[in-house]
Order: sequence, then C-alpha cells, then structure tokens
Amino acid sequence: MAKTIEGLYYSESHEWVKIEGEYGYVGITDYAQQAMGNIVYVDMPEEGDEFGAGEEFGAVESVKAASDLISPVSGVVEEINEALEDQPELINKDAYETWIMKVKLNDPSEIESLMDAAAYAGFCEKEQH
Amino acid sequence: MKYYDKLIFELSQPGRCGYSLPEWRWEATCEDIPLSLRRKDVARLPEVSEPDVVRHYTNLSNMNFGVDTGFYPLGSCTMKYNPKINEEIASMPGFACLHPLQPESTVQGALQLYHDLGRALSSITGMAEFTLNPFAGAHGELTGLMIMRQYHMQRGDLKRTRVIVPDSAHGTNPASAAVCGLEVVVVKSKPDGTIDTDELASLLDDTVAGIMMTNPNTLGLFEKEILKIAEMVHGCGGLLYYDGANFNPLLGKVRPGDMGFDILHLNLHKTFSTPHGGGGPGSGPVGVAARLVEYLPYPRVTFDGERYHLIGDNGKSAGRVSGFAGNFTVLLKAYAYILSLGKQNIRLAGALATLNANYIKESLKDCYKLPIDTLCKHEFVFDGLADKSTGVTTLDVAKRLLDYGFHAPTVYFPLLFHQSIMIEPTETESKETLDAFIAVMRKIAEEAVSEPDTLREAPHTTPVRRLDETTAAKNPVLTYFEM
Amino acid sequence: MSYPYFPHTGEDIAGMLGRIGVKSLDELYADVPSDVLYGGEYDLPDAMPEMEVRRYFDNLDRKNSRLTVFGGCGAYDHYSPAVIPALISRAEFLTAYTPYQAEISQGTLRYIFEFQTMIAELTKMDCANASMYDGATSAAEAMLMAKAATRKKSRVLVSGAMAGNVIEVVATYMKYHGVEMTVTPLDNGSTDIAAIESELQNGDVAGVLVPSINKYGVIEDLTGLADAVHGAKALLAVYSDPSALAVLKTPGEWGADMACGDAQTLGIPLNYGGPYVGYLACRKELVRKLPGRIVGATTDIDGKRAFVLTLQAREQHIRREKATSNICSNQSLMALYVTVYLSLMGKEGMKRVNDLSYGGAHYLYKQLLATGKFSEAFEGKPFLKEFTVRTSLPADKLHAALADGGYLAAMPMGGDLVSFCVTEKRTREEIDNMVELIKRIEL
Repeated sequence: MAKTIEGLYYSESHEWVKIEGEYGYVGITDYAQQAMGNIVYVDMPEEGDEFGAGEEFGAVESVKAASDLISPVSGVVEEINEALEDQPELINKDAYETWIMKVKLNDPSEIESLMDAAAYAGFCEKEQH
Repeated sequence: MKYYDKLIFELSQPGRCGYSLPEWRWEATCEDIPLSLRRKDVARLPEVSEPDVVRHYTNLSNMNFGVDTGFYPLGSCTMKYNPKINEEIASMPGFACLHPLQPESTVQGALQLYHDLGRALSSITGMAEFTLNPFAGAHGELTGLMIMRQYHMQRGDLKRTRVIVPDSAHGTNPASAAVCGLEVVVVKSKPDGTIDTDELASLLDDTVAGIMMTNPNTLGLFEKEILKIAEMVHGCGGLLYYDGANFNPLLGKVRPGDMGFDILHLNLHKTFSTPHGGGGPGSGPVGVAARLVEYLPYPRVTFDGERYHLIGDNGKSAGRVSGFAGNFTVLLKAYAYILSLGKQNIRLAGALATLNANYIKESLKDCYKLPIDTLCKHEFVFDGLADKSTGVTTLDVAKRLLDYGFHAPTVYFPLLFHQSIMIEPTETESKETLDAFIAVMRKIAEEAVSEPDTLREAPHTTPVRRLDETTAAKNPVLTYFEM
Repeated sequence: MSYPYFPHTGEDIAGMLGRIGVKSLDELYADVPSDVLYGGEYDLPDAMPEMEVRRYFDNLDRKNSRLTVFGGCGAYDHYSPAVIPALISRAEFLTAYTPYQAEISQGTLRYIFEFQTMIAELTKMDCANASMYDGATSAAEAMLMAKAATRKKSRVLVSGAMAGNVIEVVATYMKYHGVEMTVTPLDNGSTDIAAIESELQNGDVAGVLVPSINKYGVIEDLTGLADAVHGAKALLAVYSDPSALAVLKTPGEWGADMACGDAQTLGIPLNYGGPYVGYLACRKELVRKLPGRIVGATTDIDGKRAFVLTLQAREQHIRREKATSNICSNQSLMALYVTVYLSLMGKEGMKRVNDLSYGGAHYLYKQLLATGKFSEAFEGKPFLKEFTVRTSLPADKLHAALADGGYLAAMPMGGDLVSFCVTEKRTREEIDNMVELIKRIEL
C-alpha cells in the first residue's frame, strides 16, 4: 500500500510538491516509485531551467520502464538533488524525503489546482482498477 | 549448454598472433605520417592464436540458442527455418567481391537481382514498386514515413504532421514517426482488440499525414474493417502505412495493396526466411503504390528491357537512406527462398503459419488466459496463466520454458495486457514440435500450482541463471577494461 | 505436397483443423473480407528445386565481372581471413535473434561486449553500442544524438570533406527530423576549421560532423576544433575508418564527444555495398542518449559473471515516441565479423595491415605521377591508403577504360580529380600492371 504525506500537494501524473516560502520541492510519489520498481537513473534538469506547470522536466528510469517527470508547478530550477546522480535508489527508499528539484515558484496559487493527501490517495485507489 | 567464462582479452599473450599476412614490405610505412596525426598508444587488442580464436567463439556459440537449436516461438519475430541453400548462395565469391561503385556494365547480374526481387515482392504484396535499400524493419518504417511526408510536402500540403498509431502497435512505430518529425496520435483498440473506427473518425482531419497499421495486429487479429479504415483515411487526404512485421500469415493469401495500403515495409528476415543473425543484418524493403513511386529513395535500379541501370536523385525522391544500396547478400537469400516457394508453395505458407498458431491457442486456452477468444492469424496473446492465485508470473513461465529446451515467447508485449505471452510458431514447425511445446506449457501450468518456487527460480539448467539487471543499468560496465 | 520447409502431412493438417474446430485451411481466413482475399495467380516462377535455384544464381554470377579493386570511396577491399566465415556460419550465432533471453544468449552477448570494447579501444571513447546499420546511418544517428543532448539547438554542421553519400544520408534524416543542416566548405582538399568556427558563432549549433580521413583520402588535422565546438556548447562527432585508427590519431584524442563510421574495413567483404556495420561510440556522460542495443556486464543469482542488454529504458520498445532513435536491432552478425577479425589481427596485425596499405598506396602514387598523366591535387596533404590526384585524361573515360581492363580504379571525384586506393591485398605486380595499362591508354 502506497504512502501519502499530509501537507504535500499531488499531481495526477504522480509528482508531489512541498512548499517552503517562495520555493517548492518536487519529487515523485511513493505510488509512482512502487509502480516503477528499482529506479536506476534520474534524468534531471539543470539549474536555471524554467518550466511551466504540466511541462516535462526530466525522466526516471527503471530496468524495464521509463517515465517522464511533469512539473506540477511553474518556476525556475534553483537546485537539483545531486545525490540522485549516484544513488537513484534513494527514491525507492523514501520517495517523500527524496526531492528531485527545488523550484522558485512563479505563481504559488498554482498549488490550489493540485490534490491534497486524501484526494490523491483516492485518486490512486481508482487508478489501480 | 555449458558455461564458458572467458572473454577474448583474457586469452591474450604478448607476442602471440592469429593473422597471416605477406612478409613483403614497401619502402614507406605509417611511421612517415606526421606524429601529430598518429595515435599515441597502441589499442589494447587481444593477441591470440588462430586455434584460440576458433575455440573461443565456438565455445561462445555453444551458449546460444537459435532456430536450428530448437523451437523459437518469439511473437512478432517470425523465427522460421533459414534454408541452407540461401547461405551458400550469399557467400558465393562472385557476389562477395563486388564493389558497390563498380560500373553498371560490370554488375548486371547484381542489378538484375534487385529488379527480379523487386518484381516478385510487388506481385506478392500488390504494390507498384519497391526500394530494397532499407537495412531493417525499423529502417524501412522510417523510410516509408519519409516517403509519406515527401508526398505531402511535394503537394505543398505542409500542415500534415500528425500520424495515427493504434495503441497495440509495436513501439517502433511511434519512435519512427518521432524521428521522422511527425506527431503521434494514438487510436484506441476496442474490447475485441481491433481499431475503434468511431474514435478514428474523430481524429481524422487535414493535419493527418496518415495511419500506421499492422494487419493482422499485434494480437494476431485481422482488422476486419480495413477497407472502411482505408476509405476513411484516404477520404481525409491521408495515406495508409503497412507495418510488414506481421505479414507472414498473409503470405500467399492477402495482398496489402488490395487492402488499400499505400506504403509498406517487409522484414525479409521474418517473412522471407533470412536469418536474424543475433539481431541483424536484416533487410526492410519498402513498397509503394503507383502514385508514390517517384518519391522512393535513391539509388534505384531500373530496367530498359535490355540493360539494368542504377539511377540517382530524380529531384523528388525522399532522399538517400543508405550508404549504398542496402544489404545485398540478404536480398540474395530472400530471393532464393522466393524461387523455392514459387507460385505454388507460396499459397500454403501463410495458411500453415495460421494453422500452427490456432492449434497451439486451442490446445492451451484452458490453462492460460485467452483474453480474446477468436480465430487468430500467425500469432496470439495469452494474458498469463489462467489460475492467477499462484502468483506465478509470465516471466516465470518464460524462464521455465528455457529449462525445457524451448526459447521463450515474446513477453510483456503488447502492453494491452499485464501478463502478455505472445506466441508465434511459424509454418516450418511440425505437429510433433507443437505437441511437445503444448505438453511443456501444460506441465508448467501444473508446476505453478505444485511447485511455484521452482518456477520463480527458473531457469535452472542454462549456462547462467537470472541476471541482476538493476546493477547492470545502474552502474553500466560496457567494456572489458572497465571490469 | 512435397516442399522441404513445410513439415505438415495431410493427416497432420486434418488433425489440427479438428482440434481448432474448422473444416479447412480456408476457413482459418473466415475473418478476412472476401474482397481482399487474393484469388489471382502470383507473378512468380514455378517453384524451383534446389538445383534450379543454384542454377539461377550461377547464371546471375556470370553476368557480373570481378575487378581488381583500386577504388575505395567508403568500401574497401581488405583481406577477410578464412576463420571468419567458418565461425560466422555457426547456426547458433546465425539463426538466433536479439538476445532478449540472456540466459540462453550469452554467446551473442559476450561477442557484442567484446565488440563494444574493441570499438572503444580503437576510437579511444568510453563506450560504444552494439553496432548500427552502416557508416552513413551511424553519422545520421550521431547528429540525432547531438540534437537530443542539446535540446534547444536547431542546426548541425557537416564538413564538406565528408563522403557525398554520407552527407546525403545525414541530410535526409535531418530534413525530416526538422533539423537544419549546413555543409561547410573545404580548404585545399580538407575541412576548413575556420569556416566551422565562424558558423558556431550563431549559437544554434547542436552537433558538428567531420571526418578523420576525408573523401579525398586526406588525413585531417582537427587541431583546435573540439575546443571551438565545446565553446559553443555543441557536440563533436568524428567519422573514421576504424582500421586506420590503429595508427591514426583517434576521435578521443581529438576531443570528440562521439565517434562514428563504418567497420566494413575490419574483415567484411565488399558484398556489393552491404551488409556492412556502422559503429557509434561516445563519452560516458552521453551514454543515455546513445541509440541502439548496449550490452553490459553483471552477475546472475549464483554470482556467475554474465552479460545482458542494458539501459533498455532509452529504447524504442519502452520509450516509444520519446526515444532518441527508432533503431531496434543492430548488425549483430557483422559485429561478430569485426570481433573475430580484430581477435585474429591483434595489435601487430592491425599495424601490418596499415603499413602494407600505406606502403602500397604511396608506391602507386609515385608510379602514377611518373606517368606524367597525373599531378598532386592537394599540396602537402598526408594520406594513408586512399589518395586523390589530378589527371590530364578525361576522368570518366579513364575510369571506364580501366574497368574494361579489369580494374576498379580512378574513381571520379569531380572535375579532373580521381581517387585510388591500395589495401594489403594489392601486390606490386598488380600495381605495375595497372600502371602499364594507364601508360598505354590514349583517350
């Protein structure tokens, strides 16, 4: 059973965003990491790249699957999680502790269109069937 | 099969040699090339004797499984028997020594082969003309899509940049479309596995360059509404592309040209019996309808009734897609096969492939889940074991088959089902072979209940067992000197 | 029915139809609309027994002429040792498919791993894929790779000193992929580096493709090019004859990001242009953009060393329209030709092949100049086995006259330029005889 965490915001493409002031941390959900299996590579953006909400910012790969990363918010990449370059498996260990990129938010109100933990849990429940 | 662990580099001893070259020398040597243009070190190539080389690669071959080893029911790959006469012909010294830029007058025989094979393929498929230049199925697909785009571009119809691909298609279809600069639009399958024509209708407009189809599709099902689909796509100004990966059941029965297809590729290494060679060389000829002939890639072979000619760019061609004129010796093999089939035996090829597939399907559908229970063509798809309670997966079944001396079917494709097992026996397998395979598949279904762990740990008898693919992908070691 | 590739007896067919529950083979096509079932006769010859098949091809063979090859232009008449066909024809290699089931494909996987290693060694790149269709398509794939790796750039530069057929294939791929391509000019028969540097100033260049030996046979001096390319945040691909890389400065040493080319020169017969084998190698940082099959080392559950197709998530069967390339297979068996060839030749053999080719080519060059019918084309430019000269004879007629005399030579290179090539297979006698013929030719 996949975990969700209160206080994060979730997208239908299974990314989460955690808001800290004017920044957002973006990662993939526990449900997504379970579906992917052992993650072997994360294709990350570069600092300074700008993405709109719903835009592709990278990809995660397991042995037999690859999935695009869709940014749930718009903004400019402030930092990427360099630990993932050597240890992509951190996402499997704890998907919510392992953010992929830190974004300076263009429009903090965008999170209103994302799901909260309860809504996302319900969404995953439906997707499984 | 015995495990043999060496790599050629591990047999190397300084000073040993496996070559035999003339002793004579010229005055000049590469030492005369300016130092700044020469490599600094010596490439770490192995130094081994000729017998070492022969034994090493013979040992490697013993860890392989080919069509000549045993039954190879790999779905969508058409692993039929590769006749030996074909190999003998392809290695005739007179063909092997021909340089691709020899003057036309010195290669009339080679050019005749292009002409004769092209004509035979036209007759078999109902297309007007072929290019034999593409090197493989995927390359043929790309070439075919280039022709499609060139047709629209030459007509000034520049907004046609979308191509429709069914969700059951081979992954190569959307990849080829993307490389060709086309946007992929997916059309869904109906519950019966064929294209949903209502949805198709909603996708058709003047931005559609065409549709890519396999018929029969990857479920082995014939698209019964093909004539309606052709009318719809043509009606909106698009073209129909036929992916010949699944042409085998139609060999001698149905011609794609008669179904309304404008462009197709064939896989000579599937339908026309040339060996797969561990992944190539293949050949992917592309045939087109009459109105598209001028867009075929160059060089092209023509015949004036007396002499054969190799012609270059006509100004309208989609372009050049190969350094020279394709995989010539593969073409020799395919034509040898076509000559042996002739107008008589070809009539049975597709039908016997279809017979074999349906026979396996009907013999196993009580113990493997058959999601769409109907007549299939050359192949069909099970969705794993019928009894889902054991937790035994398609991967386990596939690996267990190796223990019993069979190659595994294609697994986890098509993506329409979670536990796909795609079986294609081809027409060159006997009833006894099919019965033996059926018996083993039934035995595995029983083992899934009685000893599921044996399956989860399979294979047990192969040179190596299940591999750690995660480490391989996470920390790729791709050369010997990195090990 | 008597056809050796169909094992079915009448009784087999009847029994199988019974199990399926249909009455005839035709009924297996009940799902096909009758309008599309083909009722006509195929325009094919009558089925031939094996001896007639052989006769057809013997007849075809007689319509070709074997020439003594003094031409190159992308296909080279090097010696192919007897061991190669003996090993290549082993059915376990020949009749296998892509090594999806690694447990029963270690033979294929191991020789591909050896091939990757040998290509990486010859090019001095970090890694190589399991092979491409041919040199021209490997160059096109290298440019697609550059485009994919430098997302926002829209143009590639190709040296005009690249062989014409390779430029044309790259142009075709780029045209449909929506990438602009600029062919840069030549300077004294070689790549004009300054012209490339000036094009790079625009900042829109994703990749640059240059040869290490160009279409005229000139060994290129690529000094400073990699720095200029990298300064413009573009990638450099160097196209080479891998046989020559046993002695020449390598793509890795020139600072290339990718190395590509055709490995036909490593043991593959001329085959009228195919099958050959392309290769594509790169720096490790780019490996996830590298198209095609890649084999990696790993272990099995018992800890035994084993090899497997890896990094598959890049490929078309998983990434579909997001893949960098649509390539599915490789030229696996041709990669085995190369691997066996390089195993036999080894370090010393590769040096000998190049020395013999170099010596013979320079001998022929001197002999040609001595006839008074040829002159130097590009002042002071070094060459290895292939070279271009100016001729006072009409180039096309000279080429045709030599073909009549049994030689493929004096390849027309435009205007009064013709090229020749000498490999280790050519003897002094063959060279002298051809030069004698040239002396006698009056056009």
